[in-house]
Amino acid sequence: MTKSNKSNISDALKDAGLPILTCMQCGTCSGSCPSGRYTGMITRKIVRKARVSTDVLHDPDLWMCTTCYTCQERCPREIKITDAILAIRAIAVHEGIMLPEHRKVSQLVLEHGHAVPINDMVKEKRERLGMEALPETVHKYPDALRDVQTLLESCGFDKLVAGAQE
Amino acid sequence: MNKLSLYLGCITPNRYPGIEKATKLCLERLEIDYADLSGASCCPAPGVFRSFDKATWLALASRNIVLSEEMERDVLTICNGCYGSLVDANNELKGDPALKKSTNAHLEKIGKKFKGTVAVRHIIELLYDDPGPEKIEEMVVHPLDLKVALHYGCHLVKPSKERELGSAECPRFFDELVEATGAESVNYPDKMACCGAGGGVRSALLDKSLEMLEHKLSRIRDADVDCIVNACPFCHLQFDGGQVEIEEKRGIKYNIPVLHYSQLLGLAFGYLPEELGIDLNLVTNEEFLLKLKGDR
Repeated sequence: MTKSNKSNISDALKDAGLPILTCMQCGTCSGSCPSGRYTGMITRKIVRKARVSTDVLHDPDLWMCTTCYTCQERCPREIKITDAILAIRAIAVHEGIMLPEHRKVSQLVLEHGHAVPINDMVKEKRERLGMEALPETVHKYPDALRDVQTLLESCGFDKLVAGAQE
Repeated sequence: MNKLSLYLGCITPNRYPGIEKATKLCLERLEIDYADLSGASCCPAPGVFRSFDKATWLALASRNIVLSEEMERDVLTICNGCYGSLVDANNELKGDPALKKSTNAHLEKIGKKFKGTVAVRHIIELLYDDPGPEKIEEMVVHPLDLKVALHYGCHLVKPSKERELGSAECPRFFDELVEATGAESVNYPDKMACCGAGGGVRSALLDKSLEMLEHKLSRIRDADVDCIVNACPFCHLQFDGGQVEIEEKRGIKYNIPVLHYSQLLGLAFGYLPEELGIDLNLVTNEEFLLKLKGDR
């Protein structure tokens, strides 16, 4: 996803194969949302906002979606709602809008190749199970980690998450 | 069945190594041909990295798939998140020449190329497909006298149009695999509901994430089961670590043991709880461990 056309999120979504203009605001999505029960996230409103303004990029509800896909499963218009939310988030991130915790997780992948890297306690657990302390992943192969870092730099991910500021 | 490479992801090897051990023991017992996928990275997490930058998500996911292509093996995942990421990336790249070209431009810098020659599998749909629940039941040496709250998790079955595993509203295939071990899969309200961890919600909005979890836990407690069974280490982390966090934050103790399916199957194959890392969870339920031992 590249920089958004500020005036029209809906066009960017359409270009990404995720049209949302057929939404009739029935609310099946919100009624099905496990997050909505507790976070106040209203999926129907995200879709409505995305059709009319870029305000949706600043909507905290965007980050309350667990991507469970229930709304997308049940949408009577077969709108790919969850995929659209992911795409709207990506536009937001490219506009510099990102939660600090997500920037931290991104830094972990840049540094370790894992979003959840190993720690000493788990190394000990692995050994108790008769396993090697380090798994057969990038953790064990520095060349493989360098390849991952090369890819992340090639995609500009390092700059994207370092430079992103709300 | 095609030969497989075992893709570990992050949470299995780096938080719950018992799931890795149990998976390998089960694959060996079932005589399934697998090899380690050496040098693999984060999948990367679908609801997080995909929603930051699609090109990055595809580049990292495709590298993991390419490592398996080089071994001429299908990728075997043991996590719903990894499955969601890798199967979706694999399908998108296979179906979109422009996307494949732009992704390969990144991969070229590390001397790799995505060809689109392998499939991505999840251990649950794989086992259901071949050997299947009947064959597994025949191989069980220690039928389990357990009542189980099964948690499918989201990305195993959804989006259902891309999964080809049938309805996501009320699936049965995973229940059949649980019942093949002798355990009873107990129905409970909101069984198909999300655990609350995905999409970066657990990492950034922990309190909200735990509210969603507690909803499920309260339903499961009312169902009066021995344990929760999942097929996703991230759901596993949410159920196991989340119970500790709920106790710390709100003083409510659920104390429900959490098992990945490979650990449940391992028990039915006669392995001990400590060989499967069941005792290495954060929730320590001595009564459950005693029950497992007493069964023998």
